[in-house]
Amino acid sequence: MSTLVTTGVPSAQDIAGVTPPEERRARGPYATIECFQPIPCDPCHHSCRFGAIQEFEDINDIPKMDWSKCTGCALCVAACPGLAIFVVDETYSETECLIAMPYEFVPLPEKGQPVKLTDRAGIVVADGIVQRVVAGRKPAGTPVVWVSAPKRLATVVRGFILRKEG
Amino acid sequence: MAVRTTELVIIGAGPAGICAALEAASHGVKTTLVDRGEELGGQLIKQTHKFFGWHKKSAGTRGVLIAKKLAEEVLNNENITLLNSTEALGYYDDGTLLVETPRGIDRVLGDRLIVATGASERMLLFPGNDLPGVYGAGAVQTLMNVHGVRPGDSVLMIGSGNIGLIVSYQLLQAGVRVAAVVEAMPTIGGYAVHASKIRRLGVPIMTRHTIKEAYGKEQVEGAVIWELDENWNGIPGTEKDLEVDVVCLAIGLTPLAELLWQCGAEMAYIPELGGFVPLYDETMETTRKGVFVAGDVAGIEEASTAMAAGRMAGLSAARSLGKVSDLDYSRLRNEIAGELEGLRSGPASAKILSGIAKMRAMLQSVKEAAAVSEAEPANQPANQPADQPANRPAKQAASEPAKEGDLAEAGARDSEAQGNNGSKSEEAVGA
Ligand SMILES: Cc1cc2nc3c(=O)[nH]c(=O)nc-3n(C[C@H](O)[C@H](O)[C@H](O)COP(=O)(O)OP(=O)(O)OC[C@H]3O[C@@H](n4cnc5c(N)ncnc54)[C@H](O)[C@@H]3O)c2cc1C
Ligand code: SF4
Ligand code: SF4
Repeated sequence: MSTLVTTGVPSAQDIAGVTPPEERRARGPYATIECFQPIPCDPCHHSCRFGAIQEFEDINDIPKMDWSKCTGCALCVAACPGLAIFVVDETYSETECLIAMPYEFVPLPEKGQPVKLTDRAGIVVADGIVQRVVAGRKPAGTPVVWVSAPKRLATVVRGFILRKEG
Repeated sequence: MAVRTTELVIIGAGPAGICAALEAASHGVKTTLVDRGEELGGQLIKQTHKFFGWHKKSAGTRGVLIAKKLAEEVLNNENITLLNSTEALGYYDDGTLLVETPRGIDRVLGDRLIVATGASERMLLFPGNDLPGVYGAGAVQTLMNVHGVRPGDSVLMIGSGNIGLIVSYQLLQAGVRVAAVVEAMPTIGGYAVHASKIRRLGVPIMTRHTIKEAYGKEQVEGAVIWELDENWNGIPGTEKDLEVDVVCLAIGLTPLAELLWQCGAEMAYIPELGGFVPLYDETMETTRKGVFVAGDVAGIEEASTAMAAGRMAGLSAARSLGKVSDLDYSRLRNEIAGELEGLRSGPASAKILSGIAKMRAMLQSVKEAAAVSEAEPANQPANQPADQPANRPAKQAASEPAKEGDLAEAGARDSEAQGNNGSKSEEAVGA
């Protein structure tokens, strides 16, 4: 039984299945879709203007990526009702990567703001900085926040908190 | 006591009742829509999260927005009379519905009835469950999302179905701490994406755990949880004391079917559908002729299916009143049935489908028994489904094809109604 259904945290195997191969990761930003169960949902496919999220034969299909077409625009991140999609750019700098995350809390952070980066269990793993904030499109779009993080944590960081934990 | 007469009465203005009303009204049926709430939309008005479902329907939009759109269409529809802040109290054999309006008790007489009353929350037995601070998830949602009030500072959530997970997320959004989500089953009940979302925010989800007790002097000051063994017994020594001031119960919904019991519709206990549900056929008609159902009251499901089922009930009621031509009827019926089938095609719907199959098998045997006892009237059981329409028993059996006179009358009304409500119900579900 995957830890996904006992704790809510996907297993290493789950994550490996939605992470592109090394050479693609080295080429520029890519979307990673952490949606592992067949559920009746498909806005991700419709939100991608580049055809990178393959068409669903059935509404319950698990989304499939064609990373050769993905530009890392993060439109899908804002569209997914499950908040399950992230865009990662491992070419951001020598030591850092950029991660786009859906964020539905107010107030939105500001560019330049330091944050505590968290993993998939909500545990603080490093410090990061907000690099870009894309407000949600009215009426239902989810805001997307881009934060810089240590490059070695590109597949680990999936959240952030504004204040210190306490 | 005022008496109102109408062609169709619908109880419940959630997604199911509203879509039933819009569909029936689009065929020229004079419809009265009753809801005890002030606002239209049922459960939807509390849903601030984004919906799943079909992109072309309403996925990605939020329940509150769907509710707003539907409410507008109802208010602009000349064929629909809305009685809000009005509770349906009882439904009687002669087809009388008693309602309590803000001004007093009225009688509503309708030729047909659609019950779309939704569901109520289950309670759980544990020491301290009567302390102030123990809430149902629905109450917590109403407090936060409708009235803008935080229920407390720190919450223990019982139940990891979609409702427990979504309400936990909404609590976090409101700045309330969620100490833990406990789940008695070995696996999380709701969608993994909802679970992962709150887990990322640091909320532990503890499967095979439940609440042992809540304690406090005047209100909840803390709660003890513990692990369960294979036989669902708490394991001594695994207790954990959590400092919380709210215990939120999200252990499931059960159909709110009192009115259906009252009107003598055959009911059956079907766990897959959430408890006691009415037996109903493909047209959404119960064993009580002229009484239809739709939405959570017929089986706990989703807003998307409630809307489609509501349309089906509205169409069937309109048809039985002789307002829909054969051609239109078969086209619309196939369209809605196809939509329902599509919505229920995934593994997440396996439970619902097996529940519906069970229910249909029971319906079949009830019908066969009725056919036998009809042949020997002396053996007629007391709770035999009434063979009459909801009201005006002498006029015409509900499922009989419409008579010519009725059709002409319907045609006249149709053209009257044209232009203001042509295909509104279509738009109603489009996002
Ligand atoms: C937390 C949560 C999250 C959800 N998320 C989703 C989702 O993402 N996608 C999705 O498709 N669905 C979702 N749902 C489910 C969806 O909200 C319900 O399935 C849907 O609202 C059922 O519609 P309904 O019309 O049958 O009942 P309701 O919406 O419950 O409406 C019933 C109405 O009947 C009224 N009523 C009841 N009894 C009486 C009476 N005696 N007299 C007068 N009025 C009465 C009530 O006031 C209410 O307005 C969610 C539900 C919850 C609780
Ligand atoms: S990031 Fe842009 S291009 Fe890539 S999958 Fe998402 S929407 Fe498509
Ligand atoms: S939109 Fe999000 S939750 Fe829905 S299928 Fe796509 S990735 Fe999964």
